[in-house]
Amino acid sequence: MKIESAKQKQASDWRLGIAEKIFNSLMSNAAILMIILLSGIFITLLYSSIPSIKQSGLGFIYGRVWDPVTNQFGGLSFLVGTIITTFLALIISFPFSISLGLILGEYFKKGIVSEIFKNIIELMAGVPSVIYGFGALYFLVPAIRHIETHLGVPAYGVGILTASIVLAIMIVPYWASVAREVINLAPNDLKEASYALGATRFELIRYIILPFTRSGILAGMMLALGRALGETMAVTMVIGNNNVLPKGIFDPSNTMASVIANEFTEATSDLYLSALIEIALLLFVVSLIFNLLGRQIIKRMASR
Amino acid sequence: MAKNKLNSRIFKDRIFVSILLLIGCICALPLVLILFFIVKQGINSISLQFLTHLPKPVGEKGGGVLNAIVGSLMLISMAAVISIPIGILGGIYLSEKKGTKIANLARSSAEILQGIPSIVIGIIAYLWIVKPMGHFSALSGGIALGFMMLPVILRTTEETLNLIPNSIKEASLALGVPYYKTILRIILPCGISGIMSGIIISLARVAGETAPLLFTAFGNPYLNTNINRPVQSLPLIIFNYATSPYDDWKQQAWGASFVLLSFILIISVVAKFVTRRWRVQF
Amino acid sequence: MIKFFAIAAISMALFSSCGNGGKGGAANGKDSTSSDKELLGAGSTFVYPLCSKLFDAYNQLTGVKVNYQSIGSGGGIKQLQAKTVDFGASDAFMSDDDIKASGADIIQFPVCMGAVVVTYNLDGVAKLKLTPEILSGIFLGNIKKWNDKEIAKANEGVKLPNTDIMVVHRSDGSGTTNIFTDYLSKVSPEWKTKIGVGKSVNWPVGVGGKGNEGVAGQVKQTPGAIGYVELAYAAKNNMAIADLKNASGNFITPSLQSVQSAANIDLPADTRITITNSPAADAYPISGFTWFILYKEQNYGGRSQAKASNVTKMMWWVTHEGQQYNEPLQYAKLSDKATKVVETLLNSVTYGGKPILTNK
Repeated sequence: MKIESAKQKQASDWRLGIAEKIFNSLMSNAAILMIILLSGIFITLLYSSIPSIKQSGLGFIYGRVWDPVTNQFGGLSFLVGTIITTFLALIISFPFSISLGLILGEYFKKGIVSEIFKNIIELMAGVPSVIYGFGALYFLVPAIRHIETHLGVPAYGVGILTASIVLAIMIVPYWASVAREVINLAPNDLKEASYALGATRFELIRYIILPFTRSGILAGMMLALGRALGETMAVTMVIGNNNVLPKGIFDPSNTMASVIANEFTEATSDLYLSALIEIALLLFVVSLIFNLLGRQIIKRMASR
Repeated sequence: MAKNKLNSRIFKDRIFVSILLLIGCICALPLVLILFFIVKQGINSISLQFLTHLPKPVGEKGGGVLNAIVGSLMLISMAAVISIPIGILGGIYLSEKKGTKIANLARSSAEILQGIPSIVIGIIAYLWIVKPMGHFSALSGGIALGFMMLPVILRTTEETLNLIPNSIKEASLALGVPYYKTILRIILPCGISGIMSGIIISLARVAGETAPLLFTAFGNPYLNTNINRPVQSLPLIIFNYATSPYDDWKQQAWGASFVLLSFILIISVVAKFVTRRWRVQF
Repeated sequence: MIKFFAIAAISMALFSSCGNGGKGGAANGKDSTSSDKELLGAGSTFVYPLCSKLFDAYNQLTGVKVNYQSIGSGGGIKQLQAKTVDFGASDAFMSDDDIKASGADIIQFPVCMGAVVVTYNLDGVAKLKLTPEILSGIFLGNIKKWNDKEIAKANEGVKLPNTDIMVVHRSDGSGTTNIFTDYLSKVSPEWKTKIGVGKSVNWPVGVGGKGNEGVAGQVKQTPGAIGYVELAYAAKNNMAIADLKNASGNFITPSLQSVQSAANIDLPADTRITITNSPAADAYPISGFTWFILYKEQNYGGRSQAKASNVTKMMWWVTHEGQQYNEPLQYAKLSDKATKVVETLLNSVTYGGKPILTNK
């Protein structure tokens, strides 16, 4: 131990004090930065949407006509496109997510099968959106085109159905992970009691586990929904890019995210740009709501 | 009679597992298809020329994706430099001052930020950086990606540090180690495995992002290392080539996908290795 | 920890210094000499095959790097207005409103002429003949099947399948669309009132593809599809191209000559003119110019004299020596008369009030 004179100690204490202050302020500033960032994003979006909000008001939400020529901007087609693709994706991915959740959370909690499926889920989550889109263009679109020709529908290959399928594939890992977590958490004594009463595993799952984990699975759905809403690249590549209100699942359409990706760099008038930013604002708000809902449900479950 | 009923129940049980496994395998099918094709077609495209040359003009054979590879590396380096210090510091704050209003607000903000669609982040980066600067740049792309990495790093840091028992911190403070040194030299290294894994995972995610780069990094057919100029990136070039009608470009898109996926795979494996090796057991 | 930050900081510094102009915070675009040789342009996908060849050749000639991003004519105009690019390329000239929105004088001049061809994907139909009425009917959604009697009438002896017509149009703001809709408005009153002319219109039917590439890609892969693309895209991809009936009643195959025929007019001083539906006997009816657009006064946003000079010199080259690359790629060259008009315009580009090009 260095023996310091009183003066040296005072000096080093002072330096220490400053170091502490700097560190503390850095820490708190970093945390505050998150708050500032979020508010900044919201305010910017709001501010830049004002011209469009002033122009179209609430009509933006139910206006069908998106016409840059006459400067009329109604976002209904994109809202509908987004809602249909997202919900279709949820419906399609539901059986797969639950199955994976059950496989990993109930049947194969350890071992080779578990490792295989765990890695499959991780890989699925890790593949970038643009590669999913590329793959979809290459495999899915011709397949859907085939089906459409058989059904006698205009065989574009791209459209709402194709986009929903790609979305479904992309959200499975997220939903399956949450499902797996909650299924894993089903209390053991409940399970053992069922076995003691003579239930088969299937009956256990059907009558005990699934009802028990219902809210957790719902939370997983919210999170998957939030993610699907914002998915841009894969959707843009296979949805057909048509701004008219879609009438069926084989129709080409556009989602809020894909129309922004398509038209942002070329929005020539200020109103056009503002309308696109208003769509971004809507997207922000809607995905926020679902994200928060999902996390609330999870928090409530965790505290139980 | 009862036996028949039992048999049918057992039968249902067996069928159920088989169905589950079948569904699980069907689920894996698209992934396997994509990976298989990327490897098969990608390997055909990968050559030394592909990796070290710049793209050729439209329709001409040959050329490579060097500008995209370098651009991607630039972008994620910038994103890392921006988000890692802030993310870690913020995570420390959230873990240390758990109940305070600021901590709660910051945590919620981070959760919300994590869920923002990437295209919205791209718009923000355009409005905040490209417009004032007056031109597209790698910097704006890097910042956009940094915004996306930030909340993830913050939350993994917080969660990792929460797992470290208080006793270590208290012991250090009791020995007279200043607070900031306790955190930086003792607590952080304890949690390094979790923090690193969070960083690497978010790097892997951000490496494949395209949407935020559409109107920030913008694209560049030449090699560019200047952060003030537009830059090409692997996801962008895959997007452009995949949606084009030229078979030559589509082939290169497979190659670029191969490079991108290999990169993501490698850093994910590194993340797992790092997590396991550097994990501190309590 | 500290080591990590140190390494990161050093690499950042290296990156910045690598580029020579990377004063990260220098938000004014005051670039040093090396980035004066890097020009940024954006816009038309119509002209992209030509631009990509031109700029590659120019780079090998002079070392100046021109980064051209084909994001659509609408994008080119928008980014020029936002001053984020040095020049734009558009198949739709900037209207008075566009010019007013940019707040300064704009110089626009054509660099080539091209044909917007109607390409289709029909097995066994080697050559399709289309009239203006059929074309507008298809894109309006009135004519829905390939064996519609109107199409059959114009194509006697050709076996047309009883399948749906899959319309493909542009999803982004496109000058090609502008040329196409300009033509359709001239030949179809219904189109003119219902849809109108524009870079981005309210398409009643069809799917959208991004860029000429997207449309070509979509048509190529979709049996029964029909779309409009620049000649080079269809030709390079060996796609079938329809003959169009022009204003004189002749069915014309799109080609260099038929485009040149349509372009054989006097350019007004500001070059803003469309050449669709030309009255000339052998003219291809959907022909159009591609304009390069830049600000007349180049001293804005901290641009250097050197950069402005590089931009104008490059444009001079494109409209003179660079024209040798046009025809091999199926774009028509500027006529001598047109070149004279362009020269006058280029000579009027100034920096700080003084013309940059000293009368070559």
